[in-house]
Amino acid sequence: MTQQDGKSTTLGVAVIAHGEDEIRVVPRRMVGRWIGAAVVSIAAAWVIYQLVTNPAYDWGTVWHYFLDGTVLQGLWMTLLLTALTMVAGALLGVLLAIMRLSGNPVMTVASTTFIWFFRGTPALVQLIFWFNLATLFPQISLGIPFGGPAFWSASTNALVTPFIAAMLGLGLNEGAYMAEIVRGGILSVDRGQDDAVRALGLRPWQGMRRIVLPQAMRSIIPATGNQTIGMLKYTSLASIVALHELLYSVQTIYNVTFQTIPLLIVASVWYLILTTVLSLAQVKVEQHFSRGERGSASDTRGRWGRLIHAVVTRGSVRHA
Amino acid sequence: MHENSRHASFLEARDLRKSFGSLEVLKGVSLEVARGEVACLLGPSGSGKSTLLRCINHLEVLDSGRITLDSELIGYEKHGEVLREISVRQLCQQRSMIGMVFQNFNLFPHMNVVENIIEAPRLVKGVSRQDSVDRAHELLAMVGLAEKADNYPRQLSGGQQQRVAIARALAMEPKLMLFDEPTSALDPELVGEVLTVMRMLAEQGMTMIVVTHEMAFAREVADTVVFMDDGLVVERGGPDEVLGSPRHERTRSFLARTVRR
Repeated sequence: MTQQDGKSTTLGVAVIAHGEDEIRVVPRRMVGRWIGAAVVSIAAAWVIYQLVTNPAYDWGTVWHYFLDGTVLQGLWMTLLLTALTMVAGALLGVLLAIMRLSGNPVMTVASTTFIWFFRGTPALVQLIFWFNLATLFPQISLGIPFGGPAFWSASTNALVTPFIAAMLGLGLNEGAYMAEIVRGGILSVDRGQDDAVRALGLRPWQGMRRIVLPQAMRSIIPATGNQTIGMLKYTSLASIVALHELLYSVQTIYNVTFQTIPLLIVASVWYLILTTVLSLAQVKVEQHFSRGERGSASDTRGRWGRLIHAVVTRGSVRHA
Repeated sequence: MHENSRHASFLEARDLRKSFGSLEVLKGVSLEVARGEVACLLGPSGSGKSTLLRCINHLEVLDSGRITLDSELIGYEKHGEVLREISVRQLCQQRSMIGMVFQNFNLFPHMNVVENIIEAPRLVKGVSRQDSVDRAHELLAMVGLAEKADNYPRQLSGGQQQRVAIARALAMEPKLMLFDEPTSALDPELVGEVLTVMRMLAEQGMTMIVVTHEMAFAREVADTVVFMDDGLVVERGGPDEVLGSPRHERTRSFLARTVRR
């Protein structure tokens, strides 16, 4: 490209001049890379070819139902359920994390047991369990426990709607995961920060709020972003209790029209759009919380590289 | 000891004992520091110097012994025959009178230099934003970093970070400054700038306790040098005495090793 001091670089070939002798430097041949690239290219070409030519995809039906009223209603429910379960899960998670780190043995054991139970049983099972709560407690009352008088009482079946069952099943499960994320974030902050906070005479809660939690956010935010993206997809579990969310809404259509694949594609495309938007939002939030960090001002990937990287890596990660 | 007895002692530590698990780190250490005195603590690693320093502002809780600063008992109050641990509020009040500088600086990485300095005065002492910012700029000028006010700690060299940490501690107007190996994490060429600031503080009459391996600094600036080994004070006196003609064999062999280094 440029010629200076007898040293030149062209694409792949460098020429180094030592006095009169010129030595050509040829990069090593990477045969494996070429073979790998060829295999992947062929596979990709086949994927595109069959997407275009296989009539069973029925792209016309996909576009026909893409903005259908029933689908959009389901989409709204999916968004609402995701937002509410994440807010509930985050609040519960902070509470459980602080209980666990409090040093009070009763609090620690209570928090640990909660996390053990709700992280150790599948969200789907919990969801079905809450939906069938009436079998265990036909009536729910507010009053003095252990046989005292009740001030208020209602039928469990009327109270635990599909939406409430989904909120309980997914929200409690999420709370257990968020508790571990928040706890990990707090513990990831250097112990020297706590020394500095105490030596300056800050109160414990001042140090937590002003110094420790803002730094813990650096690891809490990316993990919470992953959880939110995961939750968006996990809300589809609520279709099992007939909650009218995105998956259930396409199911109600294909149960009548038998266009199963096109309608599942409708749902998938919507899920992809939503997870992509969430990933972009997450990058913005992370930039805000990485203030003062090395590399926050100049990531070598550049703006678009970071966005693409974030979308590609975050779209697929989720706990079991 | 003889040198100190002429002053009313400002900081007084009596027979301090502290164990971590089965390891006894302080085995009955006493220390007196007069107002305006600079005391350097020397000794091999693991001798209990840092623990002693951390006990003085109650970052570590003592097993036994007591510490008074300006006649005020640190961490406890006396109720008849018992010592009762003071409230968190009172403890924070006491700690705000004692500045501390750490080996690893421990600046707040998510705040810029000025925010680092004004955080504690604003939260603990309720100083107004404007007053605390003005004071921060004065302190930064004093440590030679006036132009770094808006930088984040990551953008500063180790020596600069440590000078900001000193300014942060001074912003609380402490009666006593504790330095825990303030130059040990620095590249050799950055040690001088931090020692210069500390020397200036000493000249201004700040009472200082410095854990250090910088013999030249101790010789030049310290009023008292305390040599510790294995959880005990082995020897104390003026720098010429302890560093020039040590009486104890352990002091001699330690000095021989460090001077060669």
